[in-house]
Amino acid sequence: MIAAHAVVAAFTPLLTRFLGSRAFFVLALPPLAGAVFLISQSSLILSGGSWQEVYDWIPALGISITFNMGLIQWILGLIVTIIGFLILVYCRWYFADKMPNLSGAILLAFAGAMLGLVTADDLVVLFIFWELTTIFSYLLIGHDPTRRANRGAATTALVVTTSGGLMMLLGIIAVGNQSGTFSLAAITENPPTTFLAGFGALLMLIGALSKSALVPFHFWLPGAMAAPTPISAYLHAAAMVKAGIYLVAVLAPVFASVPYWRPAVLILGATTMVVGGWRALRQTDLKLLLAYGTVSQLGFITLLVGMGTKAGAMAGIGMMISHALFKSTLFMIVGIVDHSAGTRDLRQLTGVGYRAPWLAVIGGLSALSMAGIPPLIGFITKEAAFESIVYLITGEQHGVTPLAGMLLAVALVFGSAITVAYSLRWWWGAFANKDDAPVLRWNAPAWGMVAVPTLITVGSAVGGFLGGPLTDVIYPYAEMLTFGTRSSGFGLWHGFTAPLAMSAIAVIAGVLLFYFREPIARVQATFPAIRSAEDTFHRSMRGLDRLAVETTARTQRGSLPVYVGTILVTFVVLTMYAMLDIRFWPDVTWFDSPIQVAVGAVMATAALVAAKSRGRVRGVLLTSVTGYGLAVTFLTWGAPDLALTQILVESVTLVVFVLVIRKLPRYFTNRPLSSSRWWRVLVAIGVGASATLISLLAAGARIHEPISEAWYEAAYEFGAGLNIVNVALVDTRAWDTFGEISVLVIAATGVASLIFLQSRQGGVTRTDEALAARNQQRELDTSPAVWLRAGQTMSPLARSLMFEVVTRVLFWVLIIASLFLLLSGHNRPGGGFAGGLVAGMALMVRYLAAGRHELDEAAPFDAGRLLGSGLVISVTTAIAPVFFGGTIFQSYDYFLNIPGPDSVTLFGYTFPLFGELHLVTSTAFDIGVYLVVIGTILDFARSLGSGIDVQALEDNVPTPLNNSAKALPGGKRR
Amino acid sequence: MTANLTLAITAGILIACGVYLMLERSLTRILLGVIIASNGVNMLFLVASGRPGAPPLVGHDDPAATADPLPQAMVLTAIVITMGVTAFVLTMAYRSFQLNGHDEVADDVEDARIRQLAEADELSDSYEASDFSDSGENVVSE
Repeated sequence: MIAAHAVVAAFTPLLTRFLGSRAFFVLALPPLAGAVFLISQSSLILSGGSWQEVYDWIPALGISITFNMGLIQWILGLIVTIIGFLILVYCRWYFADKMPNLSGAILLAFAGAMLGLVTADDLVVLFIFWELTTIFSYLLIGHDPTRRANRGAATTALVVTTSGGLMMLLGIIAVGNQSGTFSLAAITENPPTTFLAGFGALLMLIGALSKSALVPFHFWLPGAMAAPTPISAYLHAAAMVKAGIYLVAVLAPVFASVPYWRPAVLILGATTMVVGGWRALRQTDLKLLLAYGTVSQLGFITLLVGMGTKAGAMAGIGMMISHALFKSTLFMIVGIVDHSAGTRDLRQLTGVGYRAPWLAVIGGLSALSMAGIPPLIGFITKEAAFESIVYLITGEQHGVTPLAGMLLAVALVFGSAITVAYSLRWWWGAFANKDDAPVLRWNAPAWGMVAVPTLITVGSAVGGFLGGPLTDVIYPYAEMLTFGTRSSGFGLWHGFTAPLAMSAIAVIAGVLLFYFREPIARVQATFPAIRSAEDTFHRSMRGLDRLAVETTARTQRGSLPVYVGTILVTFVVLTMYAMLDIRFWPDVTWFDSPIQVAVGAVMATAALVAAKSRGRVRGVLLTSVTGYGLAVTFLTWGAPDLALTQILVESVTLVVFVLVIRKLPRYFTNRPLSSSRWWRVLVAIGVGASATLISLLAAGARIHEPISEAWYEAAYEFGAGLNIVNVALVDTRAWDTFGEISVLVIAATGVASLIFLQSRQGGVTRTDEALAARNQQRELDTSPAVWLRAGQTMSPLARSLMFEVVTRVLFWVLIIASLFLLLSGHNRPGGGFAGGLVAGMALMVRYLAAGRHELDEAAPFDAGRLLGSGLVISVTTAIAPVFFGGTIFQSYDYFLNIPGPDSVTLFGYTFPLFGELHLVTSTAFDIGVYLVVIGTILDFARSLGSGIDVQALEDNVPTPLNNSAKALPGGKRR
Repeated sequence: MTANLTLAITAGILIACGVYLMLERSLTRILLGVIIASNGVNMLFLVASGRPGAPPLVGHDDPAATADPLPQAMVLTAIVITMGVTAFVLTMAYRSFQLNGHDEVADDVEDARIRQLAEADELSDSYEASDFSDSGENVVSE
């Protein structure tokens, strides 16, 4: 049922496109369905049963999605669904001109969350729904983020209610922990009595008070009126603020006697009632007036429900129902007046009563219900409320002294008098004639807009006569409380009783307050404005921001060396500290072969000089020396694959470096000897020393059989290859390799995009096109005597015949060598990486010999195709076995017999020729790797070679070339 | 297991030099630092893999005398990745030079601005006073 809300909400934009604001009729369906369902359950609920639904969620924590609907949940559910349905219908006319997609959807989603909140049985699930309503409320208040009022009000509401929510979460955990279950029903049945559980209950009370906008959290609710009026009517009058009351109502039967609960509820409730009402008297905006009135009423209801007596519970639930009826009506009427008159300022509204008499009648009825005038529902519930207070004064309850009860009664009667006064003020403000007001323009409201509040007003009016049935319905809930005298029920006439006298006093005082409104307003103006709660809130928000600024300024220095240095120093300190603890260090040998010493010395020297060098080229060359030295070390270690790959990669890297640094300044920036230099030396030495020690330890820690011991057998058995490293790459650890080639694709794409910026534009231009584009009379020489065709496009000064000849010969040799490495790699040193690097080098050589058009001659296609097809082949190889009943990356092998002589013998040497071929499917994966590597290097050559060439050309051209990829700072094109 | 001291020390020196360069501001220098340091780290893998041996090819030599293939597979991956990273960072250096005339990593401008705010005891830009007047003047709605 709740999911239906969410689903329909998700489709709202679609509905709006076809239906416009009529989409609200569809949106109103889920709450209607919910209401129908609830009503259909009425016989079960009213006979004392409960309806349940359970889904498992986090069994490990004992959290399950449980919905349990007892009486109180059922009542709340009815309020939420019926009012929700009516307000969504009302929205159809309110939003007739401009349909707010988002707000409509969120409103519906909110209705769903609210229904979930009041029916959830698991406290954790309840909390989730609780926070959902907070978030939806935030979105609805901030519906227009361009306006400062909306942003501020939304943030305030969010911060206040989520802080309360966090308190509540702590409370939930405490209570759940103490009682061993999160189920609300189980907790109320068997309440925990420990101190911690009581503390948790108080924390949950704080959450409830913040949600229901009680002092000192009250200030977010008036701000929330920045939301559209129907939304205020639903969220901030009928539904969301009732969530807090619901929680209090559920907890009160069990926790009302916890120390501090009752004083807190009584004092805060009474204060809220008076403060809210007092402020409502000052408002000139009809909606704000209602908002402060809501604050006042919420204080009253929370007090009744929270004080934990039978009569109080009865009166509180009754008040909640009547409040939902009259307050939503009043809000909707404000919406209509606002819509039709274009203002909500009661100083400007005049004569609305004559223009819309019907509206004045239903508004008047609802206002009277709010004021507690018979025979409306507001009267009978307020009577019951006063009755519960009378029981309190007569001292039937320990914990409340008679004097305190008396004070409370005075406060509540005064609060009710103010309620009467602001009810009158509201009606007077909305409908009466005012002499000094300007002439009003009035557009008649749509009938549907009036029909909805009319319907609810009928409920208010009829409800007054239904006191008996209402009493019967709420009776079982009130009986759950163990304290207090039983309420005598709702009714229009109980005889001349104390509550009746209190009502009468309140009404008379209220009328007087309204009648002498001008003197009273002057008196009010002399009162100091007490805004301590708001001010504290705003000051703390300000303080938070200051704290953030200060913290950020201290921790985020914005300097890369500082960040890297921090990480490294942490590394050194932690590892050194850990190594202090090591007692037994491994044995060491100085070297395994003397070559290592020689090579090591060369590498170390090269690294040291590179670190000091100021010239770019020198630094790069010395860095390469360390790389080649590493390759030699690999050889001495028994790692031919590594040595091969290292040499090839080092060569590619060197070429790439040369291609780029030809455009960079020769020397690094000549900075004055900075003071941080010795500090950096220190960090460097620390890191180097730590690394050395760690490696020694790691070598010493090899006391177990290495995992790769089994690879020796497995390589041939499962991978069908002799080269264990290659089998590891394409079979055993193929996932890693797949990730690696993906990284290569990304790197290549990144390089290309940094150079070409927009697209791989320019594409491929072969020699003939290049010559044609230059408008030169020279004919393309295609005779076989031309060594490299694109050499003709180069300046004769830049050509080297020797280089072109060698390249012509070398290219195909390199390609064949690369294929050999690729195919033999499974059994001998080599493989896709090495092969691809060799083939890539072949392309590089073509570029170096005769320029970018030669590269296009050699590879007349985009590098992206190679990268893409390589990835596709790898993925296909990985997935294909699944379709043949295998697992991902499973390898198969196959022996192919090619007829013919096995070998030939020439000049005394035996060359293999035909014979049996051992094919392994993982070779296909290696082919993918091969293609990706070639594509990567081709991309490097295209971008860093050809691309930079073109950009250099553009620098020399006086006027910009078309489609120049050279961007200037600030995004402008040259 | 015994550890090879020469390789460990060489690797330590390489890493130290690499770190020194990494703490520089010029992107090219940082990159050289990264390369030298990764060469050093790759060497550490050798030290940590125990002892040298015969190439890990089945049937080439006695299994017991074969070098551990697992670190080799790891290093192979590392080598190729380093190549990709090198090319990418180098291109960034070039681009930075193209745009700014140098390839130095400057201090973050935003952070400097926040530092100024902190020194002046001011609020951040994103802060917005959320209060509204009690009389409802600021509370506008539809």
